[in-house]
Amino acid sequence: MQLVWDWFRWLNESTGINLTIFYDQFDRSRFASGFLMTVKLSVICIVSSVVIGVVGAWIQGSRLRVARTIVHWYIQAFRNTPPLVQLYFFYFGLGSLLKAAGGGPLITNVTWAIVSLSFFAGAFNVEIFRSGIEAVPRTTLEAAESLGFSRAQAYLRIVLPLAFRISLPALNNNLVNLVKTTTLAYAIAVPEMLYVSSQIWSDELNVPVMMNVLLICYFVLVGILVYLMHRWERAIRVPGFGI
Amino acid sequence: MPEANSEPIVALRDVHQSFGDVEVLKGVSFGVAKGGVVCIIGPSGSGKSTLLRCINGLVPIKSGSIRVADFEVHNLHTDQEKIALRKEVSMVFQQYNLFPHKTALENVMMAPIYVLKEDPKEVRERAIALLTKVGLAAKQDAYPGELSGGQQQRVAIARSLAMRPEVMLFDEVTAALDPETVKEVLNTIRELAREGMTCILVTHEMRFARELADEVLFTDGGTIVESGRPAELFDHPRKDRTRAFLSQIL
Repeated sequence: MQLVWDWFRWLNESTGINLTIFYDQFDRSRFASGFLMTVKLSVICIVSSVVIGVVGAWIQGSRLRVARTIVHWYIQAFRNTPPLVQLYFFYFGLGSLLKAAGGGPLITNVTWAIVSLSFFAGAFNVEIFRSGIEAVPRTTLEAAESLGFSRAQAYLRIVLPLAFRISLPALNNNLVNLVKTTTLAYAIAVPEMLYVSSQIWSDELNVPVMMNVLLICYFVLVGILVYLMHRWERAIRVPGFGI
Repeated sequence: MPEANSEPIVALRDVHQSFGDVEVLKGVSFGVAKGGVVCIIGPSGSGKSTLLRCINGLVPIKSGSIRVADFEVHNLHTDQEKIALRKEVSMVFQQYNLFPHKTALENVMMAPIYVLKEDPKEVRERAIALLTKVGLAAKQDAYPGELSGGQQQRVAIARSLAMRPEVMLFDEVTAALDPETVKEVLNTIRELAREGMTCILVTHEMRFARELADEVLFTDGGTIVESGRPAELFDHPRKDRTRAFLSQIL
């Protein structure tokens, strides 16, 4: 391994491409922790935003008018405002109201970032799943009813599996966007990849190099997500259904 | 053949139904004896499909009464009551409405397993037997998207039969099929009727209705204009409206 690090040191000395994140141990460990923070933010937000989406879409189909109205306004609020403004609202607005006993913040900036980004992506997921549910032909549900399926059984066994397949392409798009939006957590000092990179380039003055590193890292990260989602899409594809 | 004086298994009395201001059914009454075959014919929009949907409780009626076996269909309110009814009455649709994410065999097995809570092994055997009966044993692992329209419709019939219903409702089941595949579906229904299944068919297949029906109902504008044995109704229609309709299609 030391050989690789030495090579990067040589690369810097001979070409000026200064990748301290490889040969400098301190930079290496803070970049790695930033990368892992981005992965952590992405995974947690993907899971919780999908949960929000499924639950929200289910509530939108419920008979309770109050519940439907709440979901409606939730979507409006999060779709019609910029995600950066939402982060600021949660962290500086709500966060400053919630003080711990000692006077410090009750909820950390990382948690606020997770909450904020999950609700942001979740609002879009609700709409995505709702459109999937509505795309299941009414007659398919009628057939299930006429076979004696209860409403819950019909939803669980027939409507949701079909709606999910219809929703996947749109869901892919939104989740890709979500991973890219995690960079906004930079604004509330969450030490994710962009944040640590900016610290590194301030110390090492290797701004253009680090910006290229960032670009490649996000390209690879999102590429992995897209690859996994496509594999999943293929795995659950049904002959003659959908595209 | 139905016995002349037996109590009808399906009985409708003065059924009214409307969607908003549009009255779709304006007082429909008829009965079907156990094992009988009734064909409903008539122009589009005359309320034929709605009538079938009322019989298995998919659509609630405004007034009148519908009785199927021991169920007062107009008095079923809870989901449990409706589910109990639908074990007795099964419906086959014009657009097949198979579950596209399940194979032919799974389509047939689903309702008995999840609704009747029967043993999956036993259901599987019965489902294979039913698919064999409709001539599709070789296609049991095919998805609906891989089957022709006629094959899908026969799977749909097998799926309904798997619930062991007393009454089968057929809603223009051949209307979306090409003339050649119509035959394979009609053969399946013919076989069922001959085995003594009570059938109510909405159909445009006049020759089939004439051959199979014990009674033919001609509906128009939400009422039964004329009814009778197929030979009478087709050869000697009494009403002008019936004559006009038949002259258009025969």
